[in-house]
Amino acid sequence: MAMRGSSIRQPILQVEDLHATVAGKEVLKGVSLEIGEGEVHAFFGPNGSGKTTLLNTIMGFGNYKITEGHIFFRGREINDLPVNERASLGMGISFQRPPTIKGVKLRNLVEISSGVSGKEIDITAEMLNVTEFLDRDINDGLSGGEIKRAELLQLIMQDPSIVYLDEPESGVDLENISLIGKAINKLLGRKPASENDKTLKEKRLDRKAALVITHTGHILDYLEADKGHVLVDGKIVCGASPGDILHTVREYGYGECYRCLCEGGIYNDKE
Amino acid sequence: MVSATAASVKGEYIMTKSNKTGIDMSSYLEKAPLHEKIEDLQSLSEIEKKLLYMAGVDVDSRERLGSFLQKDHSVVHCQVGSEGAEILSTTDALVNYDGLDDYWWKAVKPGKDQFTKRADEHREHGYFIRSFKGADIDYPLQACMYMSEDNLVQDVHNIVIAEEDSRLNIISGCATGPHVKSGLHVGITEFYVKKGATLIFTMVHNWAEDMAVRPRSAAIVEEGGTFISNYICLKPARDLQMYPTAVLEGKNSVATFNSILMASPGSVLDVGSRAILKGEGARAEIVSRAVSTGGDIIARGHLLGETPGIKAHLECQGLLLKPKGLIHAIPELEARTADVEMSHEAAVGKIDQAEIEYLMARGLSEDAATSLIVKGFLSLDIPGLPEDLKKELNDMVEKTGNAM
Repeated sequence: MAMRGSSIRQPILQVEDLHATVAGKEVLKGVSLEIGEGEVHAFFGPNGSGKTTLLNTIMGFGNYKITEGHIFFRGREINDLPVNERASLGMGISFQRPPTIKGVKLRNLVEISSGVSGKEIDITAEMLNVTEFLDRDINDGLSGGEIKRAELLQLIMQDPSIVYLDEPESGVDLENISLIGKAINKLLGRKPASENDKTLKEKRLDRKAALVITHTGHILDYLEADKGHVLVDGKIVCGASPGDILHTVREYGYGECYRCLCEGGIYNDKE
Repeated sequence: MVSATAASVKGEYIMTKSNKTGIDMSSYLEKAPLHEKIEDLQSLSEIEKKLLYMAGVDVDSRERLGSFLQKDHSVVHCQVGSEGAEILSTTDALVNYDGLDDYWWKAVKPGKDQFTKRADEHREHGYFIRSFKGADIDYPLQACMYMSEDNLVQDVHNIVIAEEDSRLNIISGCATGPHVKSGLHVGITEFYVKKGATLIFTMVHNWAEDMAVRPRSAAIVEEGGTFISNYICLKPARDLQMYPTAVLEGKNSVATFNSILMASPGSVLDVGSRAILKGEGARAEIVSRAVSTGGDIIARGHLLGETPGIKAHLECQGLLLKPKGLIHAIPELEARTADVEMSHEAAVGKIDQAEIEYLMARGLSEDAATSLIVKGFLSLDIPGLPEDLKKELNDMVEKTGNAM
């Protein structure tokens, strides 16, 4: 297992020139990124650009094969680690479309994965308004928004150091989006802007890092991201402040990204 | 998913195999030593208690209203603690119960096959359980067929009658003794569910690995009657074949079959359930969960609709955990008149990788994830089970899951 020399400011996640295929087709074509402890990075990109593939490859799911490049977690290369060991190191993921598992109750899984039982689960479940799903089969018959809340319950209880969130706002109605935002802030150890009273250093210490995929950017109304990236055709083509990217995408759509890329000569392969 | 061709080719092979070899009945011992009566199930040896416990028998009889225990060819215990029901051996009932002729071989035909024929010729008891009209019995009665001699054949004939508007709950356990490796168990059971009555019958098998088992049973359900049959077999059996049938004769009669099957290498379980819907408004549901860790399971189901307006559903789910096993689901729907509503869903395959990875992303190892999924798959919500048996089943499922 390759180790990076430890440094004081070692990133929690480092991805180097990552190429990955799904069903034999190359989807990631050389992605590099670095996420520091406690940092939230927002990933934008049009449909099919490889955002979900990036998360799933980092998490190590079987259908995503790394053909080149490296993933490091706190300096340790994890290319060949099974999913559960990545989870044990402190990586957590919220699924877009998680499977239903018949006969296994949500409460049961939360207890197993967190080692916590009883009241603590109930309190968090209440906050997320998922109490009624605790004693049902996992994800059975849940709507898009309900799935998001159930996923966040599992993640909050699992308490990872870095979280991968795949479009946390998709399928969530307007009434519930602030609830989702609040839950994500809790998960990441962040408080909404109005409640900020600690120093930056203090805040960093309890904060979890996150890689958040967002197509529309809506979730950023509730969650403060530190950095923004745009993924197009399997490559990170733009790094800017999340606010600037969001503004551009909202005003002009991803067409503007393509236009900007073509103009800059970075991207000539517009389909 | 198992491809249809592969399954049918292998299935054919199995059917040929069992037809060819069949069961050589001459290879079993016909005579068993007589066993003395016991007053209290507590007086059984610890090891026997444990074996019976694994077959759903509560030896303390704390949550049972009555018990029947047959050891080999001797009825050793027969007691009922309720005024709402009676338990006799069928041998006694044939002598003492007027009107047994109305039930004896009326739901199952003695000439049906070589096993029913055998049972008719070799009458080695069995139980007669009857709930009286209007009786509502809180706790279940338990009946246990126990084989303690190796290589023995046991032929029993049971009659169960739930009289009008009564509610009867029976746990029937079958187990073999610690020194038994092989044997043949032939069990005929005829169920009669009278007008407005409910009968819940739960059968738990805990056989020795080389046992051949041939239950032959049928139920006749009258108007407004409900027959619920649960079958649980998590222990290996070399050769088990059964196809219990419920004939829903009465208006608005109901039948439910739940089966939980587990086949380890060397086991062949050919288990089906059939409902014949004759009465106006009759309804039936057949649900089975089959898990193979290398053994063969043929999961059959048959719904036969004879009257307009009946409703029935058949569900068969199979999990094949090892490449060597076989699960052959054979769901059949047979409509003999228009205007029936019958459906089935069957799915056979390995565990979905997405489910395993989902649990792994929560920190579970691949083995722990598989085990949790199998436990969930097998945990059918079965009606009518007393708490102790539920707990026992959960423990068995847990062990089964953990042994993946």
